[in-house]
Amino acid sequence: MEFSFSEDQDELRRAARRFLAVASSEERVRSVMETEQGYDSTTWERLSEELAWTALTIPEEYGGLGMSYLDLHPLMEEMGRSLLCSPFFSTICLGANALMLGGADLHKERYLPGIAAGETTATLAYAEKNNRMDAEGVEATYSRNGTGYILRGGKSYVVDGHTAALLVIAARTENSNGSKGVSLFLVPGDTEGLRRTWLPTMDQTRRLASIELSDVVVPHDALLGEEGRGWALCERTLDLARIALAAEQVGAAEMCLDMAVEYAKVRKQFGRPIGSFQAIKHKCADMLMMVESARSAAFYASALAGQGEADLEEAASSAKAFCSDTFFHCAAENIQIHGGIGFTWEHPAHMYFKRAKATETLFGDPSFHRERFARRMGL
Amino acid sequence: MELQLNEAEEAFRREARAWLQAQLDGPFKDLQGRGMSGAQDTYVEERIAWSKTMGAAGWNCIGWPKELGGRGCTIKEEAVFNEEYVRANGPGNVGHIGETLLGPTLIHFGSPEQQKRFLPPIVSGEEIWCQGYSEPGAGSDLANVQTKATLVGDEWIIEGQKIWTSGAHYSDWCFVLCRTDSEAPKHRGISYILLPMRQDGIEVRPIKQMGGSSEFAEVFFDGAKAHKDHVVGGINNGWKVAMGTLAFERGASTLGQQYLFQKEFEEVVAVAKRTGAASDPVFRQRIADAGIGLKVMRVNALRMLEHEGVDLNREALISKLYWSNWHRDLGKLAMDLLGPEAELLDGAPYELTGMQKWYLFSRADTIYAGSNEVQRNIIGERGLGLPKEPR
Repeated sequence: MEFSFSEDQDELRRAARRFLAVASSEERVRSVMETEQGYDSTTWERLSEELAWTALTIPEEYGGLGMSYLDLHPLMEEMGRSLLCSPFFSTICLGANALMLGGADLHKERYLPGIAAGETTATLAYAEKNNRMDAEGVEATYSRNGTGYILRGGKSYVVDGHTAALLVIAARTENSNGSKGVSLFLVPGDTEGLRRTWLPTMDQTRRLASIELSDVVVPHDALLGEEGRGWALCERTLDLARIALAAEQVGAAEMCLDMAVEYAKVRKQFGRPIGSFQAIKHKCADMLMMVESARSAAFYASALAGQGEADLEEAASSAKAFCSDTFFHCAAENIQIHGGIGFTWEHPAHMYFKRAKATETLFGDPSFHRERFARRMGL
Repeated sequence: MELQLNEAEEAFRREARAWLQAQLDGPFKDLQGRGMSGAQDTYVEERIAWSKTMGAAGWNCIGWPKELGGRGCTIKEEAVFNEEYVRANGPGNVGHIGETLLGPTLIHFGSPEQQKRFLPPIVSGEEIWCQGYSEPGAGSDLANVQTKATLVGDEWIIEGQKIWTSGAHYSDWCFVLCRTDSEAPKHRGISYILLPMRQDGIEVRPIKQMGGSSEFAEVFFDGAKAHKDHVVGGINNGWKVAMGTLAFERGASTLGQQYLFQKEFEEVVAVAKRTGAASDPVFRQRIADAGIGLKVMRVNALRMLEHEGVDLNREALISKLYWSNWHRDLGKLAMDLLGPEAELLDGAPYELTGMQKWYLFSRADTIYAGSNEVQRNIIGERGLGLPKEPR
């Protein structure tokens, strides 16, 4: 494994930063985050059609570019840095990953070309109102119905769940428990019996939705992967999503550091820049230490994810725990260093602070991942 | 998670491993793990003999150019050697100040005569060096040194005092920061002088540390003499030379150090399992946090080592602050896991257990070689471009 980004990856980052400086400027983010859809369709078209970001990790035989998960990393950092409001994360890191990991050829042929082209958005619906992040949290059920299945119950905290064209839904057979009996189903968003509701959230830059499943009938080929083995597939998909999310957190945390440093250089008190006071300088130094270390954690996980069969659990949990803590710390310190102005609606510091909290909780908070790490190491 | 090595580098690893194993499982078996941090004042003579053996076989100063007695190894190879050294449980390197601090300084700033006189005995392990920087009034404010050197005929006459001088009691030579112009602004009146330790006019008083050992000392100069030509980098130019020395720590030792940390972490996990603390949710969180922190430290180091530039990148700037905090926290965790047992010594009068030793020593990690506060200033100013404090 190489431990630095390649020249191509650096170029991808620079191109992304240029594009997002305009397409996801603070002004654009503020206007998009007020809408129910939660993203700007024009930007979505441009990043999928002009820039081919949606095609990046999709295999070439399904209309993609067949690039590695590590190639995605600099993009995720830049999206986090600019608080891009977009179904990219849900579509690629949840939906497409689930399909690539568990899909039969027929599933891949049916959905991946549309995803690569930016025509199909997708997401994963596994969590529910019970707030659990493990297999026990899956309470929605399925049963056989002639040649297909019937899904019943509800889902919550579904990223972009109210707009996604394709939902990957986790459900279990009645009377099963734990990871046994869980299966994943591919369910188009317009299927009869689905009721999808936007859940307004404190962080306005990413949408969550709840889904009611009232006797949703799906055909037999809606089953993704093996029946009853869906939890392992779900976990593997989540680990990939956690890694991408961690990269996003690194970029956003670094933006908080950059904002704080910039301000500390120009804001004067007692006749000198506040950044010349050790009280402020040392906060910034700690932020830099955390940001670079978080980048190491996420980089390693992204690189490992590109190596096919690698065991991702430990790396994903390390990255998610470390990067979540880093982002929250940096977002909070950024507000503190800005003082009063950092507490206003007008200043963007709160947008990062809110996103930090939202990403910290998504797919398991740091405590959840440290516990998972502890179990992995045999404790 | 390994450093990416090519075939030649892999061969180098095998060669180093084979040699170290033959020595440390053979004639130097009793030296395994001796004289490490916290116990560097022990097995000194035996470790000097070991250093000479290393030198004769060409394993000292491997990163130096071949024409100066080194092997011309890359930083990656140095890192590999350090890792193998720790893996083989090699003893604390008694010559590390000469090898990692004085040598590179002479290579960069020294005259050809100085290089010719002083580099070979460092490579061969025949001369041991110590560093005369800190004084009672010059710690983090190093430029405040008051030890005075006056040129009298062909000799510098030195008066004053140094403190926290590691290995002063068994060193042959010392590089001393002295004030040579008391009129100039404080950074501009300092010279970097090479001084023989075994002479009248020098008194060394070992300082007993909190762990009971005496790895460093106070050094008093009362008319100590140095040769006129043994000023490095020019008279009154010592501050620049001293700061240059700081940049030579390129992180080659980090992989070896992390191998040690890994062993300590495993000891901590074993304690948690033995005492049952491993089932306590709060301890599980702390152990996992330490485990994740260690993995991140390793990637930080690998990123630093694969960085191609000559400048210190961000990963290098944060390295000391990161590992010293991590290690200090691990020491605390180890004692917390032991509970009341943490108090019990190996024996009277003050025989610490291995874990107690590194627990206590970890409190020095965040102080020596630039305290955490100095590190944060450096990160803030060099890494982030924040303005210096008005002085």
